[in-house]
Amino acid sequence: MGIEFRRDERFRESFSYRNSDAGVLRFPFPFGEDRYMYSVNIEPHTRGGPSPAFAHAFDVDEHYVAECRERALVLADDPGRCQVLPHMMPAQWDTLELLMESLSADYPEHFSLTKDGDAWRWINRPLGLDQSFVFGRPETLPCPPFEYITRQAQGDFTLQDQRDDNLFVDGGMVTTQADWSLDFDIGMSFHEWHGPVPLAHDIGVFDRALRFLLRLQYGQPVRRLNWTMTINPRLDTSPENYPDWGPDRTTVTPENVADKVHLRVELQTLFRLPRSNAILFGIRCYLLSVRDIERVEKWRKRLHRVLTTLPPELAEYKGLTRYRDTLIAHLAAGDDGAALSPGIQPDQTALAARS
Amino acid sequence: MILDRLIPARVAGIDSLGPTLKRFRFEPESGRFPTAAPGAHILVTLRGPERVWKNAYSLVTPPDQRDGYAIIVRRVRDSRGGSHFLHDHLRPGDRVEIGPPASLFPIASLARRHILIGGGIGLTPFLSYVPVLRARGAAFELHQYCTDEETGIFRELLAEAGAGVTVHGETSRRSFTEVLTDQPLGTHVYTCGPAGMMEAVEAAARDLGWPEAAIHKESFGGAEGGRPFRVTLARSGRTLDVPETQSLLEALETAGIEAPCLCRGGACGVCLTGVVDGEIEHRDHVLTEEERAGGRLMATCVSRARSDVLVLDL
Repeated sequence: MGIEFRRDERFRESFSYRNSDAGVLRFPFPFGEDRYMYSVNIEPHTRGGPSPAFAHAFDVDEHYVAECRERALVLADDPGRCQVLPHMMPAQWDTLELLMESLSADYPEHFSLTKDGDAWRWINRPLGLDQSFVFGRPETLPCPPFEYITRQAQGDFTLQDQRDDNLFVDGGMVTTQADWSLDFDIGMSFHEWHGPVPLAHDIGVFDRALRFLLRLQYGQPVRRLNWTMTINPRLDTSPENYPDWGPDRTTVTPENVADKVHLRVELQTLFRLPRSNAILFGIRCYLLSVRDIERVEKWRKRLHRVLTTLPPELAEYKGLTRYRDTLIAHLAAGDDGAALSPGIQPDQTALAARS
Repeated sequence: MILDRLIPARVAGIDSLGPTLKRFRFEPESGRFPTAAPGAHILVTLRGPERVWKNAYSLVTPPDQRDGYAIIVRRVRDSRGGSHFLHDHLRPGDRVEIGPPASLFPIASLARRHILIGGGIGLTPFLSYVPVLRARGAAFELHQYCTDEETGIFRELLAEAGAGVTVHGETSRRSFTEVLTDQPLGTHVYTCGPAGMMEAVEAAARDLGWPEAAIHKESFGGAEGGRPFRVTLARSGRTLDVPETQSLLEALETAGIEAPCLCRGGACGVCLTGVVDGEIEHRDHVLTEEERAGGRLMATCVSRARSDVLVLDL
């Protein structure tokens, strides 16, 4: 049985994006405890775990077709959202191979890959693509290999080159980002591109994370969840078009808070690539409205507790300051203070109707 | 690609290359092997009648060859590893288990020119480099140093490597300094071979002012024995002895303890284990100076004890 794609939803103007009930329950809720603080929360990206979003190397869900169309819209407007430095061509092919082999193995009803030596044929049924090409020969594809395949994947991707005991962000496809710019960061080292993050530097998070990632092994990818909040289900919250979405933060009222405010979760995955020794960093974005979160009892109560105890520096960095109090006031009524199970799983298998 | 278990494979063929050198070809039991990095090595699990070996060997096959992997192994006299088992007992059709190919010896992405210096069987990682460098149109030289008896063997192995390859026997060989002199800025040197040779290459490059980041040494397989010591496992309370000819990791494995490992040469950090008490003799390439001084982590594959007893967090 294949995935039923919600082909017509949009992440701009009408904001017609919605999650099905199953889509709500498979959301990778990021809070395993009632308080949140930065940590090196990296774990092996093995299949399975507390969210169905962890079941495959690259998660595909009901928003796949709509997200690929949104990416195409962003790129048409700003081609600089996809950039790869010249020395990263082996990493481009590594990425294409990894994505094509993973998607065709994990979702055979939607994707297929056949090979005759270097002659490859790729079929993407949801997007209606049938492409024959020669692996290793960029001129046989309609665009460079990294752009070609990441146009057909959900979430952003960056390529990290490893040299001088450091990682450098030397490429990326970044159209669904939480307020950071590839065009600004490209070529930066690990500590440079994490420069703006508050508090975490002081507790050594980035030193430890870098040393860990330098040792990341092929075949043993890792993952972590990160989160922020977004007003309206807007994927493209980039610095480049801040005027389009920044003012939305001022529009939150007690009446519209449950529909306007979305928890934005990034399932971040890191894969060592073989030919290039680069690291592919996947930033898969999930959006869930507060109204849908409230349909899961545990998540509703826990989100209230996390927001109440969130350090102000983090709230400021994540851009929540203007509407945090409104949101907490809305969630307070639904939290009786009862103890919650540890972990991120929803603890229920069906949802109440939307309120 | 998520590879969370060993890959079942069988011996497809064994080629004798010389009195002490054999090439072992493996094929997967099903499907295809994962794409391996140039310079990658694999951990081969060999099940002998009395013990199990887990040995790391460089692949000599290029990344795009996925229907078969190959390694070349020298039979070491007085081998305590598995080389005699491979040479004397392994037969075509035998089953082995192969770990995911790991890369601790990658080709530098920004190098403008590559100098590869192999010593003896240390040539092996470069056999997977060469087709990749050629396909990328990269500028490179390969210098293979070996005994006079083996020049023929290595010339044959490099027959298809093309121009830029020199096999140096014992007489009238070029010094490392000569090889590294007058190379253009942006050149990187890679060396794999006996520890003394790699140190000499490194020293020659440093003396000529090469930047550290342009000098690359293959570093697995350098584990050597040392003074015997005793280990206590804090969690289980078990005690084991590590004799002078065995590494701590091997002693743990012999005792049936599932100890994590990958490169077995102190380079990858996978085997780093907490130390509760005792003084460590660090021999790895992973820990920072601070971590060494802290004395609370050690690489079980290469590091040993200065004190008579070590207490591990295992």
